[in-house]
Amino acid sequence: MKEGLRQSMAWVHTWSGLLVCWLLLLVFMGGTAAYYKHEITFWMKPELHKAADAPSRVTPAESATLAVRELQQRAPTANAWFLDLPHERNPLIYASWTNPPSKGMTREERRAAFRTQNFTLDPMTGEKTAAPRDTRGGEFLYRLHFDLYYMSAIWGRWIVGVASMFMLVAIVSGVITHKRIFKDFFTFRPKKGQRSWLDAHNATAVLALPFHLMITYTGLVTLMFMYMPSATKALYGAEQNTMFSEVFPNAERVKPARELAPLADIGPMLQHAERAWGQAPTRVVVTNPNDANARVELHRPSGQQLSNIEPSMTFDGASGALLSDAKPLSATLDARAAIYGLHVAHFADTLLRALFFVCGLAGTAMVATGALLWGVKERQKYAKVIAKGGKAGFGVRLVDALNIGAIAGLPIAFAAYFWANRLLPVEMGERSNAEANVFFIAWGLAALLAQVRPTRAMWRFQLTVGAVLLAGIPVLNAITTDTHLGVTLFGGPGLRPVAAFDIVVMLLGLLLGWAAWWLGRKAKKAAARQPSNPASTTPLEAA
Amino acid sequence: MTTITWRYRGGVAARTVAAIGGGYVLTSIASALIAIALPLPRADAVTIATLLSFVVYTCVILWVFATTSALRAWIGVVAVSAVLGAALWIVGRMA
Repeated sequence: MKEGLRQSMAWVHTWSGLLVCWLLLLVFMGGTAAYYKHEITFWMKPELHKAADAPSRVTPAESATLAVRELQQRAPTANAWFLDLPHERNPLIYASWTNPPSKGMTREERRAAFRTQNFTLDPMTGEKTAAPRDTRGGEFLYRLHFDLYYMSAIWGRWIVGVASMFMLVAIVSGVITHKRIFKDFFTFRPKKGQRSWLDAHNATAVLALPFHLMITYTGLVTLMFMYMPSATKALYGAEQNTMFSEVFPNAERVKPARELAPLADIGPMLQHAERAWGQAPTRVVVTNPNDANARVELHRPSGQQLSNIEPSMTFDGASGALLSDAKPLSATLDARAAIYGLHVAHFADTLLRALFFVCGLAGTAMVATGALLWGVKERQKYAKVIAKGGKAGFGVRLVDALNIGAIAGLPIAFAAYFWANRLLPVEMGERSNAEANVFFIAWGLAALLAQVRPTRAMWRFQLTVGAVLLAGIPVLNAITTDTHLGVTLFGGPGLRPVAAFDIVVMLLGLLLGWAAWWLGRKAKKAAARQPSNPASTTPLEAA
Repeated sequence: MTTITWRYRGGVAARTVAAIGGGYVLTSIASALIAIALPLPRADAVTIATLLSFVVYTCVILWVFATTSALRAWIGVVAVSAVLGAALWIVGRMA
């Protein structure tokens, strides 16, 4: 831009990062939470906790048979049935189905027919569990991180895609501009103002750099055919569907024959798959049940490969005969699936999943420290003006306010979402939407307050609110449910996610509380240094 | 504070448009060409070309800001797009 390569790259890094950093914070926080979306959903449905307490004693084949029996009664003419059988991360049997739309339905009715309906079975007894409260749970946070909310998913995906591209540019230009990348990783100069923020930004960015680069690129890859359609246009013209069926060959669907044929016993199919894989399938999809063209698809549990496309077996639902193993993918398609798989990390076991989560937090910290650094640097340009009692420019104020609203405000929104889950009346209509609304009301309020008074006191206030709300969640859980830490810590393995959720949010709350305390100490010190003009210290300047 | 001239602002705006808009056009053409050029089954070729496109886009954006002037950036993006676009057109005519 101006002088050399390094300077111009520093410029690109600053602006491509700053323009999208607040949206990226939402994406990073939502995506990081989504690594545990099943556990979050489970925590948010306390009605299911009791059934999960005892370890499952039925085999996968038996639990599938139980679910099919129930589905035969409730939805014999469904489009498709989906079963999730008990495994490490899921203590219960989840079954859902979609109904076929029929002629003469309005658009609304059609949509309602396609919407999945579901029930949960206790694997101990085969009985239905208590109906859980209406919540989208972790799925809301997962969707939020690429679909956004209050807009069509397509718009959300384009907006997040553009922000991701900015992020990719920011990461690469950040690496180019950083001449001492290895040395800086071991450099931390605390309590040195701007330098400390720079070091913190470098440490969180470099520490997890492979993760940041990977997660940004693979995130773009998850929706690449939408973002970059030109190669598809060149080879397939307008036949985009042909491309999809060739690139995702196992997603083919068979049309119903409209000829009644009772579904064969599903138990032997599961046993066959278990013998072949040495592992029982955890996901079963039955398309066109009780039709001559019924298909039963069994999926191997994830955890053995990077690719998110797990090997599957397809059986003829009417005769029970094995039709085919899934077609093997070409090396290229397998590589794409592995890149995609890296983003969603279905393969990760407990430890690796925790590492992904920590890396996600480091990414959040990288974006946050980068955003703060801009304010600190920019304010120095106004140092003389501020010393004379003047004010920093409009841009500094705006960025300060947005930083407070995003960095301190978003944790409040997440916490409020979990509080709403426990406090909103269980019978409330449109309950899951109300939970989501609480998320955005809390965030909106935080962002608005920050715009009104972007001061250090506001930082401390919002950090404290976030800290109290998050750290208070175990208490809230203890008051509103029977499965508090005293129970979950000593209960069966099925309750571990509930205990882990309580502990992790509490730790995150303590972290925010520490930040608020640290800021308060800074404020006192600064006030002691210059008692004549306490208003002149703007937030984080001396931090 | 150093004052920022209008000339400088104009340069930044011109580069931004060249990077985002011009870069996307260049990337689209390049990615289509790569897809056609790869001697692989269609599904493989389209996948590789699309996977690479984000790398190409990033490089173009960074080059636009790294080069010495906004004019050079525009000439570069337009010239490369034109050459690749002509190649794409010829390939399309032959097919």
